[in-house]
Amino acid sequence: MKLTLKIWRQKGADKKGQLESYNVEASEHMSFLEMMDVLNEELISKKEEPVAFEHDCREGICGTCNLVINGRPHGPQQGTTTCQLHMRHFKDGDTITVEPWRAKAFPVIKDLVVDRSSFDRIIQAGGYVSVNTGQAPDGNAIPIEKDTALSAFDAAACIGCGACVAACPNGSAMLFTSAKVAHLGKLPQGQVEHAARSKSMVDQMDTEGFGNCSNTGACEVECPKEISINNIAMLNRSYLSSIFGSNK
Amino acid sequence: MSLTGLFLISFLFVHLIGNLQLLANDGGESFNTYAYFMTQNPLIKTISYGLYFFIVLHAIQGLMIAATNRSAKGYKYSKKTKENASWSSKNMAMLGILVLAFLCIHMGDFWFKMKFGSLPMKSYAGFDAEVTDLFGRVMIAFQEWYIVLIYLIGLLALYFHLSHGFQSAFQTLGLNHKKYTPIIKGVGTLYSLVVSIGFAIIPLYIYINSL
Repeated sequence: MKLTLKIWRQKGADKKGQLESYNVEASEHMSFLEMMDVLNEELISKKEEPVAFEHDCREGICGTCNLVINGRPHGPQQGTTTCQLHMRHFKDGDTITVEPWRAKAFPVIKDLVVDRSSFDRIIQAGGYVSVNTGQAPDGNAIPIEKDTALSAFDAAACIGCGACVAACPNGSAMLFTSAKVAHLGKLPQGQVEHAARSKSMVDQMDTEGFGNCSNTGACEVECPKEISINNIAMLNRSYLSSIFGSNK
Repeated sequence: MSLTGLFLISFLFVHLIGNLQLLANDGGESFNTYAYFMTQNPLIKTISYGLYFFIVLHAIQGLMIAATNRSAKGYKYSKKTKENASWSSKNMAMLGILVLAFLCIHMGDFWFKMKFGSLPMKSYAGFDAEVTDLFGRVMIAFQEWYIVLIYLIGLLALYFHLSHGFQSAFQTLGLNHKKYTPIIKGVGTLYSLVVSIGFAIIPLYIYINSL
């Protein structure tokens, strides 16, 4: 299949970027990243600068790949990362626009690569989970209801790719932060610091320059792990209790 | 945003019930005496100052948040998508500004003229005080097609603003539930429809009757 790609090229963080057109011949069995590899090999053979993009596991679990394809983070396929998106979802002769994540807290480093270290600092702001030291506890020593365990696991499925921020018209990181707060806060082990953790992670999120949530729901539609905005409501509750609660 | 929004949402319903008296065929007696009561009763007066305050607060907060969010997004995508969120949810600030502009026109035409203007007075048998003939002013205003059009545009903006705002307010307060959130969303859509259509009937009815 013959494709026209419009790709965001930017030489460096403080350089101006623009969309450039490329033609590429791909097979429909290729993943999107393999198609990008084909393009880069062609560029290298022509002694041109290859397109910089991030990738690691290519199995949809590491959260490294991050392309906005035709205006949608990770492309048109529901619940799929860019690396797991295959070219059979496109048609021969298509023009595909590829852009980097857009948010002030995710500055572009080069081409399609953005700096997502603001997410690391939000995680660091979460602090620790209190556990008793000593021998490893027995399995199932703390009884947890199946539904609770499942919903905590759903939140823990977040791979921290940042598609929620990229999809949000406000550049808000609420879905990411709420997933991290929820996967600990829904379990008894995470209860001890729950409210305080919510507060410090939200504060860090604001410091990093992420926007405010206006409940458009675009994040949960684009999330490759289909994290629900129920988690955002839970974060809002624990944030409120960290401010008005009596344990402060 | 959510608390002031919910307060303003509840006001709209009371406002609608009161205004539907404009459709009563009694020469404005019920509406004018109701308007008189609304401007004289100390409790209503206190609430109305609270209302003005909350409208201003909601507008200022909204504009500030919209400005922060705009700069937090920075660069916009060159390829836009409509598939991940509703149009109204992405345009709340624009819709809010439209509603606010409409509100200024609306207050200027009726509230300002009643409070500071020289609307004629009228008295009704069975009501001791002389009342301002706001009813007459409304009847004159809604004979003009462009005023009716402004109202319809304002109400359309209100519909879209509420259709996202109602359910969004609950989510912001952390009230999200497997069973109740779909009900809240349904009630929100129904409420936005009832309020906008309810208000739209008044200018349309008066305009059509005046033809």
